[in-house]
Amino acid sequence: MPELNTSSMPDLVFAILFFFMVTTTMRSEELMVKIKLPSATEVQKLEKKSLVTYINIGPPTDAKFGTGTQMQLNDKFAEVEDIQDYIAQEKSSMSESDQQLMTVSIKADEDTRMSYISDVKQALRKAYALKISYSSRKAEN
Amino acid sequence: MARTKKKLPSLNASSMADISFLLLTFFLLVSSMDTDSGLARRLPPPPQDEENLQEMKIQKRNLLVILVNANNETMVRSEEGTEWYSNQDELLGKGGKTALKDKVIEFVLNTNNSELLPIVTEKEFDAPIGVVPVTEQHVVSLQNDATTSYKTYIAVQNELVRAYNELRQAGAKKYFNNDYENLLEPQQKLIQELYPQKISEAEPKNFSRGDN
Repeated sequence: MPELNTSSMPDLVFAILFFFMVTTTMRSEELMVKIKLPSATEVQKLEKKSLVTYINIGPPTDAKFGTGTQMQLNDKFAEVEDIQDYIAQEKSSMSESDQQLMTVSIKADEDTRMSYISDVKQALRKAYALKISYSSRKAEN
Repeated sequence: MARTKKKLPSLNASSMADISFLLLTFFLLVSSMDTDSGLARRLPPPPQDEENLQEMKIQKRNLLVILVNANNETMVRSEEGTEWYSNQDELLGKGGKTALKDKVIEFVLNTNNSELLPIVTEKEFDAPIGVVPVTEQHVVSLQNDATTSYKTYIAVQNELVRAYNELRQAGAKKYFNNDYENLLEPQQKLIQELYPQKISEAEPKNFSRGDN
């Protein structure tokens, strides 16, 4: 039986490897809230990930934190009042031209009450983070 | 020639594949390729003190009020009349109701220049659109109750975006004979100017005057 030449195998694997290295973004934070995103058909993709700041809203995954709606900023629970500091901090880490383009993605569980979302929106307005996106799953009609 | 080649010691590269596979697996595991997607919105800037005092006057015919209540029912009210949607299927036009998106499209276009729909004015756009009638002052106001569920709110938002997307698609077909998403950036900008999204979701109390 003729032996199969596998000498190009590492090259192939390296090519795939480089693809993943370039496209990857490290998973930076562990979600501590359960989020089932609402579905929508007319969603738009958020273009530049480095410009997006996330706000996670939902019931905690760990029952010891209760079952009420909680908000997670970075890797810890926070209150609505903390949003302004959080936004200011995120903004300061961007270059001045990027600050205009900063988008806040609100990732909220679909059973969240709107009063909570409204409070978050008001806080975002005060922090001058006016570009927002209601994160949602893409549904087919 | 053949002799020199034989003398060259060959590097054993058979483990190279294993190493690179290991790296590959690592990156496969830690990478998250999911790009976030959602409904984009622009919030109004925070109210200044003087602005707060100044009442925003919107003529009633220019206003389409959409209310979502605590039972996740939707009410759409304009000068033309009131329509109730009790669930998401009805929002999409099932069960004999006019779909919410069609109501919004009718409201934004006001093709028949109805007295009960927004004021139509002639406005000039860059070529190839030219001077066309538009309802510049129309506002779609979305209001919600404190206990409205986010799911329903997004469903209604989605229908509003869908209405505007359909309008833009129709505009793109009419003026550029192409799908909206295939247009060049300046062309898309032009269509956006023609049908700007005027969805207001600011503090509900600003708009409660429309009640009577």
